Amino acid sequence: MGMTMTQKILAAHAGLDEVKAGQLIEADLDLVLGNDITSPVAIHEMEKMTVKTVFDKDKIALVPDHFVPNKDIKSAEHCKCVREFAMKHDITNYFEVGQMGIEHALLPEQGLTVAGDVIIGADSHTCTYGALGAFSTGVGSTDMAAGMATGKAWFKVPSAIQFVLTGKLNQWVSGKDVILHIIGMIGVDGALYQSMEFTGDGIANLSMDDRFTIANMAIEAGAKNGIFPVDDLARQYMNEHSKRPFKEYAADEDAEYDRVIEIDLSTIKPTVSFPHLPENTHTVDSIDDIVINQVVIGSCTNGRLDDLRCAAKILEGKKVAKGLRVIVIPATQAIYLKAIEEGLVQIFINAGAVVSTPTCGPCLGGYMGILAEGERCVSTTNRNFVGRMGHVNSEIYLASPAVAAASAVTGKISQPVDIGM
Amino acid sequence: MKAEGKVFKYGDNVDTDVIIPARYLNSSDPKELALHCMEDIDKDFIKNVKKGDIIVANKNFGCGSSREHAPISIKASGVSCVIAETFARIFYRNAINIGLPIIECPDAAKAIANGDDVCVDFDSGIITDKTTGQSFQGQAFPEFMQKIIKAEGLVNYINEK
Repeated sequence: MGMTMTQKILAAHAGLDEVKAGQLIEADLDLVLGNDITSPVAIHEMEKMTVKTVFDKDKIALVPDHFVPNKDIKSAEHCKCVREFAMKHDITNYFEVGQMGIEHALLPEQGLTVAGDVIIGADSHTCTYGALGAFSTGVGSTDMAAGMATGKAWFKVPSAIQFVLTGKLNQWVSGKDVILHIIGMIGVDGALYQSMEFTGDGIANLSMDDRFTIANMAIEAGAKNGIFPVDDLARQYMNEHSKRPFKEYAADEDAEYDRVIEIDLSTIKPTVSFPHLPENTHTVDSIDDIVINQVVIGSCTNGRLDDLRCAAKILEGKKVAKGLRVIVIPATQAIYLKAIEEGLVQIFINAGAVVSTPTCGPCLGGYMGILAEGERCVSTTNRNFVGRMGHVNSEIYLASPAVAAASAVTGKISQPVDIGM
Repeated sequence: MKAEGKVFKYGDNVDTDVIIPARYLNSSDPKELALHCMEDIDKDFIKNVKKGDIIVANKNFGCGSSREHAPISIKASGVSCVIAETFARIFYRNAINIGLPIIECPDAAKAIANGDDVCVDFDSGIITDKTTGQSFQGQAFPEFMQKIIKAEGLVNYINEK
């Protein structure tokens, strides 16, 4: 029986010719990632270990991004702990405020994640790098500590769902709508313990930023990882961003999948997930008026350049609805700079939005846009759980940058056609 | 190894944001995290939970973020075991790694009610609801997972090897 793309990468990193779903393996790691929330716990765990050194100072990435620039004294202490650890172990890829970005936008941009890698990160959205053809998955702090110390992690080899994508997305429909549509179809545990393997000739019509968004939210369907085949666009991205050699793996023709789901991209409409689960999806054309108090455009899901360009195209020459707060957060310094050079930041500010330095901030209810009781937010982030962005009685509606920007103009959940675009 | 206590029962998709809201993640002290455990789903949990008590929930318990603070806060609150129909995979890994016993058992998760007195035998995987007299066969831990839990986590287990 053939192997899936994920299984082939795992087999190669475990030194095995073949692996099967359900098999427990120990794999070599190409990168171990942590942020300012998860790394302090990992560092504390590592201090308890008899091994006192890191396995490879070039293969660890420490990215304080959740509560930085430090939101309060306790966060500052956490960041200090990460900084001191990075200095002590001479960690090559430590990103200080000023160079940092949201980890899952930053690492591909810095060329630290490439096709064929096995990557663990103490952040659930580590699955993002599957867009480049890597196996990457989220773990906790103890796994991160063991990974930093030994360069290895144990995995249960996952089975897979194959998604066959065909056709082309319509205008104002993006990768976010695709992944929300999928989560709405299979549910928040629809891919529990499984890989989501994306295939089909429709992939050629998806930008890299669309693919990052889709792989990023694989975890919201419970998946272990999401992964795309490597094509010319992915090769071009890696050649532009990375000096590391990459290795391409492809699923065997006789690979076994638990399920095969076909999706014609041209049938997907702008989609919104209602509170309080990402699976509560509705197409925007099917909903009644839902008045909102805040819009957030950013995060590891949708804070990339394509996302900001799309939002700016909609907001250009328009004004944010009266009484609405609109917060735009470029995901990295490079994206921020490009947004300035291209005039996107001017468009946002002229429209009445605020533009922030890169941070995860409001996505997880940290700071920079917390909701009061009864408030509603349309957000390009990835989770709409109870209390996620603030008060336990506030509401988050997950959407694409296009829907978020159109909603910013009208003050209620809208799509670009609603404002004549 | 056994656990016994009163049950706190929850539904599907209990996510890590309600187990420990991110507004408290500026701390990594287990005692401090425990003070806010389950706060956004059950305000009275921390007032009522006693050492040894058991959480029972339906499917996909612990979905969402990779924050190890979630199982840490549950363990530090005194909970001796979590029983669910299914667990989200990162939570499952994290719970084992920090030495919080968890057990998948759809029948038990469906049948056990809030407030029941429940006993779990980790060696056999048998779950007994002492209030109703019903017994359920849960998935017993493989030996290496039992060793990790007995060592109170992966780090001690690695050190002991």
